[in-house]
Amino acid sequence: MTDKKTPLHDEHVALGAHMTEFGGWQMPLRYTSDLAEHRAVRETAGLFDLSHMGDIGVHGPEAAAFLDHALVGAISQVKLLRARYSMICADDGGVLDDLIVYRTGETEYFVVANAANTEVVLDEFRRRAAAFDVEVVPAPSALLAVQGPRAEEILRATDGFEEDPEASGGVTLENLRYYACAPMRFRDEAVVVGRTGYTGEDGFEIWVSPDRAVELWRAVLAAGEPFGLVPAGLSARDSLRLEAGMPLYGHELDTTTTPFEAGMGRVVRLDKETADGEPLAFVGRDALASRKGAQPARVLVGLRGEGRRPARAGYDVVRRTADGDAGAKVGSVTSGVPSPTLGYPVAMAYVTPEVSAEGTELAVDVRGRAEPFVVVPLPFYRRTK
Amino acid sequence: MAEYPATLKYTKEHEWVDGESPATVGITPYAAEALGDVVFVELPEVGATIEHGTVVGEIESTKSVSELYAPVSGTVTEVNQAVVDDPELVGSAPFEGGWLFKVEVSATGELLTADEYRAHAGV
Repeated sequence: MTDKKTPLHDEHVALGAHMTEFGGWQMPLRYTSDLAEHRAVRETAGLFDLSHMGDIGVHGPEAAAFLDHALVGAISQVKLLRARYSMICADDGGVLDDLIVYRTGETEYFVVANAANTEVVLDEFRRRAAAFDVEVVPAPSALLAVQGPRAEEILRATDGFEEDPEASGGVTLENLRYYACAPMRFRDEAVVVGRTGYTGEDGFEIWVSPDRAVELWRAVLAAGEPFGLVPAGLSARDSLRLEAGMPLYGHELDTTTTPFEAGMGRVVRLDKETADGEPLAFVGRDALASRKGAQPARVLVGLRGEGRRPARAGYDVVRRTADGDAGAKVGSVTSGVPSPTLGYPVAMAYVTPEVSAEGTELAVDVRGRAEPFVVVPLPFYRRTK
Repeated sequence: MAEYPATLKYTKEHEWVDGESPATVGITPYAAEALGDVVFVELPEVGATIEHGTVVGEIESTKSVSELYAPVSGTVTEVNQAVVDDPELVGSAPFEGGWLFKVEVSATGELLTADEYRAHAGV
């Protein structure tokens, strides 16, 4: 199978991007430098192509009830033009995907799934939708993200990009809240703008029809240039999300992991009810109810490296002996990078509960050598407002 | 597009070595570009005896780790402390300030000319 290309593929190639396969798509890994792109997002702004993400429309009178049933969160409580981070679990409580649900109308939602999981989520949605008056439709569109402290100014300066207070009920870029969305305009086209992201910075995500994506991409790049905006690839996206302590499906989350182990128990709403006030038997509820409050066999922690060598996904986490050598294995690294912002290695890892307390001195087996790491709280990085 | 000096020899593992005595070793711009931003280098120690074709160090970038192979056999006479302190030099000046170590050569392995290397790497 050949990798799919986003509508912006030729733009990436023309910019000299180093392309890579990700979730079945050809995506830009970096344009020039991972570090420079990462720093641009922290200091000014970066522009990302996220068109590989899976957009799924959910429409119909029972859309809210269906999403309450299919996902672990209380989606029916999400207000109009708001968004919610949630997960779809299997019957055994394992995570099939983490996703964001945007409510764009009274009975209209769209769900953004991870690229590699889009088909799984679509299949599960169709299966779980059988008893509901709802339509589940793939809604492929282009998705651009402008992330960084100057994102708002840059979008305001983007030629042809306009707020649409009439359609959005007075919502502008300035007053658009975190985890909210609004209809806006790009030239003669209606676009949806969300104040969401995966970088730990302020920023926006913009859904635009595929045939207008290049135009919008170029307009944002041109407007952003004086601010120092650069196009940013998946490599920067990964180090940014990791600093911000955000999980990545396939690393921190998978079908053998429950939301509780991942430290994401807050997204599971065992208390949600049907319209009649009955407990709502959403998919995975029984398994998750039995796990809640129980000590999980492993927990997700943040690790800060005391040396210079980064830990990588799959490396063993071990006890640190008195001489600084590797002791018994106590866990596995799920993601790790040298943090560009903090200047030391950071990693996320699943470890056994008895070594999960903040300050616990551990080591990571970095290709045969015990590198010292210490347990720290997540996130590693939090922006100053 | 980087220039590949004809005065240097290259390996299939993307190292370069010059013909001086002692010989200087580094990695090619192609390898540096593929690695991305280099954040850590581990080099053989001065005085170490190395054998061509074997792993003598590591180069670690933000995204990946790759092994450093000895292009020649001999005794290491010097390592580039500047590149240990500032690993980004590997990417910014692979043929100059980003050199890695020097070696008193006792034997060479299979080395490529600049043209052969460019054909091998597709650059």
